[in-house]
Amino acid sequence: MSQVAEQDKTTASGGEDFDGLRLRQVTKSFGAFTAVDDLDLDIPNGSFFALLGPSGCGKTTTLRMVAGLEIPTSGSITLGGDDITFAKPYRRPVNTVFQSYALFPHLDIFENVAFGLRRRRKSDVEAQVNKMLELVELTSQARKKPAQLSGGQQQRVALARALINEPQVLLLDEPLGALDLKLRRSMQIEIKRIQNEVGQTFVHVTHDQEEAMTMADTVAVMNRGVIEQMGSPSDLYENPRSTFVANFLGQSNLIEGAVTHRSADLVTVDMHGIGVSIPVARAHADGDRGWVGIRPEKVLIGELGEELDAPGNSVPGGVVTDVSFVGVSTQYLVRMPWGQELQVFQQNTGHRRLFRQGEQVELSWRPEYAFLLDYSQDAAAGAQRGAED
Amino acid sequence: MTGRWIRDHLVLMLGLLVLAYTFIPIAVVVLMSFNAPESRLIYRFDGFTMHNWLNPCEDPSMCQALGRSIEIGLAATVVATILGTLAAFALVRHDFAGRSASNLLIFLPMASPEIVMGSSLLALFVASGLGGQLGFWTILVAHIMFCLSFVVVTVRARLAGLDDNLEQAAMDLYATPSQTFWRVTFPLVFPGILGAALLSFSLSFDDFIITNLNAGNTTTFPMYVWGVAQRGVPMQVNVVGTVMFLISIAIVLAGELRSRQRTKSLANPTPAPPTLAEELSVQRAS
Amino acid sequence: MSDFQRRRGAVGYLLLIPAALWLVLFFVVPFYSLLATSLYDPSGSDFRGYQMTYEWSNYSHALQDYWQPLVRSLIYGGVATLLCLLLGYVLAYAIAFKAGRWKNLLLVLVIAPFFTSFLVRTLSWKLILADDGIVVNTLQAVHLLGPDGRLLATPVAVIAGLTYNFLPFMVLPLFASIDKIDHRLIEASGDLYANPVVGFFKVTWPLSLPGVVSGTLLTFIPAVGDFINAQLLGSPNQRMVGSVIQSLFTDANDYPAAAALSMILMVLIVGMVLVYIRRAGTEELL
Repeated sequence: MSQVAEQDKTTASGGEDFDGLRLRQVTKSFGAFTAVDDLDLDIPNGSFFALLGPSGCGKTTTLRMVAGLEIPTSGSITLGGDDITFAKPYRRPVNTVFQSYALFPHLDIFENVAFGLRRRRKSDVEAQVNKMLELVELTSQARKKPAQLSGGQQQRVALARALINEPQVLLLDEPLGALDLKLRRSMQIEIKRIQNEVGQTFVHVTHDQEEAMTMADTVAVMNRGVIEQMGSPSDLYENPRSTFVANFLGQSNLIEGAVTHRSADLVTVDMHGIGVSIPVARAHADGDRGWVGIRPEKVLIGELGEELDAPGNSVPGGVVTDVSFVGVSTQYLVRMPWGQELQVFQQNTGHRRLFRQGEQVELSWRPEYAFLLDYSQDAAAGAQRGAED
Repeated sequence: MTGRWIRDHLVLMLGLLVLAYTFIPIAVVVLMSFNAPESRLIYRFDGFTMHNWLNPCEDPSMCQALGRSIEIGLAATVVATILGTLAAFALVRHDFAGRSASNLLIFLPMASPEIVMGSSLLALFVASGLGGQLGFWTILVAHIMFCLSFVVVTVRARLAGLDDNLEQAAMDLYATPSQTFWRVTFPLVFPGILGAALLSFSLSFDDFIITNLNAGNTTTFPMYVWGVAQRGVPMQVNVVGTVMFLISIAIVLAGELRSRQRTKSLANPTPAPPTLAEELSVQRAS
Repeated sequence: MSDFQRRRGAVGYLLLIPAALWLVLFFVVPFYSLLATSLYDPSGSDFRGYQMTYEWSNYSHALQDYWQPLVRSLIYGGVATLLCLLLGYVLAYAIAFKAGRWKNLLLVLVIAPFFTSFLVRTLSWKLILADDGIVVNTLQAVHLLGPDGRLLATPVAVIAGLTYNFLPFMVLPLFASIDKIDHRLIEASGDLYANPVVGFFKVTWPLSLPGVVSGTLLTFIPAVGDFINAQLLGSPNQRMVGSVIQSLFTDANDYPAAAALSMILMVLIVGMVLVYIRRAGTEELL
């Protein structure tokens, strides 16, 4: 059904007969502003692909170029081997679910959904529309106008209207943004279910990292017109290759350190006097300095000298400065001897005690969870979603 | 405290008072349509009669003038609406040198005194040697001229408010540019075009100053009323006035009813049936 | 920013040309004819033809002979505009802030009476303000009017008629402007210790100024050139310049004088409008 694409940073490895959606060196500039910068992307047929990034990163522009609503300044787009770079939107086997739904207000739901079929002069329109309305469970609303429907219903109409044309690629432009949380969750599951059923390629654009990780097989993180990293959600999360990805997906502690030794399978780093080691596969920095990264939920917190069940890199000398009880977990801020405050998330399993503000603690983590990032990158990149320009 | 109530509602009451004031002359028009005047020269209510309504064309020249006004109104409306709609599309959807100059040109007639526009048109006609041929066609030309601006402004407002995502969605759904226009753009702009046409007709029908200067021997309804104002006004004039008022009220109410119908069903959308996901989760929980 | 936003190329021109051409031919060019006509030798006539002698004295003669109606028109128009502003502001404010869901209906009701013929409405005012009518009688009873006092054939009636007939031109732009004001701004001013009156002058009025400016322009300009109200409701003492121009054309057949007077009126109005716009744009009004 869907393929998990293990990709290196930006380029794809598909061969000459690649029959999915391929973007090659696609650039889009608006005057002096470059929205999409030399983008390369291979999306295999039948996959659920997410394009994730903060607002302004170029993901919507990329989507619109695939739809034909924008023309690339340079580069090419091919679908199933056919070059569609300059093809008009009405000549591409691609359909879009718009962020604002863009339902035709003067037509009822039935005619909205039937629109594409009628333009292509398909026969048997009524049967197909009814079937599609059943799929999205809006049969009883068929003769209503869009304004009479709720947001969630409108969203499903937009989806039905696009899907009914069986496009080779279905594009979704942040379609769930206007829905409330509960509805969004159920729609995420439903869209994923539908993609499983129909088997077409879905390309989903969003700024919500949870949404991307929940729904997609493959996620590409975009920032300022380029793809930072592409891979499966767990790949991106557990082994980020840039500070942007490390901060944009979930949260990361980034601690500066000096590389002391490189062997065949380990990189040893002096982190403010404390030695830590990182597997080579998770070290994405050359040079003699780097950011040691570790996710807060992977950090174990214990009393001084306590024997932690996962012996690993041990970092003593911490003082708890903040304790937040979040129900599922307790989140600590721990000030380390070098002044940095590290985040520690401890799941409230009930097995471990809670620490109090001011307590002296020792932190520890398994080396296989840490990663090493290029020191020249901004440690705060991607940290504030939406604040990025 | 009544003082409080008055203060809170003072503005509203004053506003409604002003509104009522605008209807007073209309009430008089309606009343006078049923008037049986004792003397042709004294304009006051003397007695009730249905005579005027039953014999609207008692003065044949009034109905003739009425006919003229309707003819000219329809012709001017058709031409002004077509030309004005095209111009509105040009101004909203297209980029070209001289857009701001065009906008100014469109706006100026709306802000010019009618006597000046009428005078200059007359000067033009005379200078072109048409001084002896003033009539239907010169009136029509003048009417189209001043209706154009109003049509452009009305259609332009409607067009500018159109969500252009809709046209992109149409093209995404295999509609060619021509299909997009006729199936999406035009239906959505149409209410504006219709409103512009109605506005145009009433402007043309009601015009006196420009028409009078350029009419020659032709008489339109406003000219007729002006003429009889000195000689003695037949009450049928008020019948026409009342009918016009009723028609406009009818159009207003029809439009209002339609939009209220739509709002009503908006307020109570039928609740969405449970999604498959919701059903599945209920099943899983049990 | 999309490629589909504004299309360049010839199509824009093609769409615009018909309307623009019509306006150029029948709005712009006529002014040139008017100017030319105003410089004809007045001793010519419609019948024998006119000689162009660059007779600038036509202007001085027109001013000499007709400065009274000219000034009178400006005064009547000005007063009527102020009254319209007062009444119109109350009405627009009431509809914008106090009408709730009746907003649209009320708005249309404001315009509805004005779809009845201008002349027929004004005739009604003749009846309402008649010497033995209710209004005069009431005013005499409360001694606002002497026992022989009348309203018709006085400036009061003319200005009242002007105010009534041009009210919608004031209300609609005012409403458009006032409606845009964010209610929360007024709430905020109240939160900051301003009483409603201060709140009005410091918040509402300044924010509604664009509407005030366009409303006053759209009212003043046509009001100055109107003469129907003066003719039907006034006496020769209230004669307005529009009436003079009209009779110079049709009765006296003195085209050069009529054209000259028309040009003077236009220049005056344009000049006043420019000064007004500049003042309204740059000054901070109280």
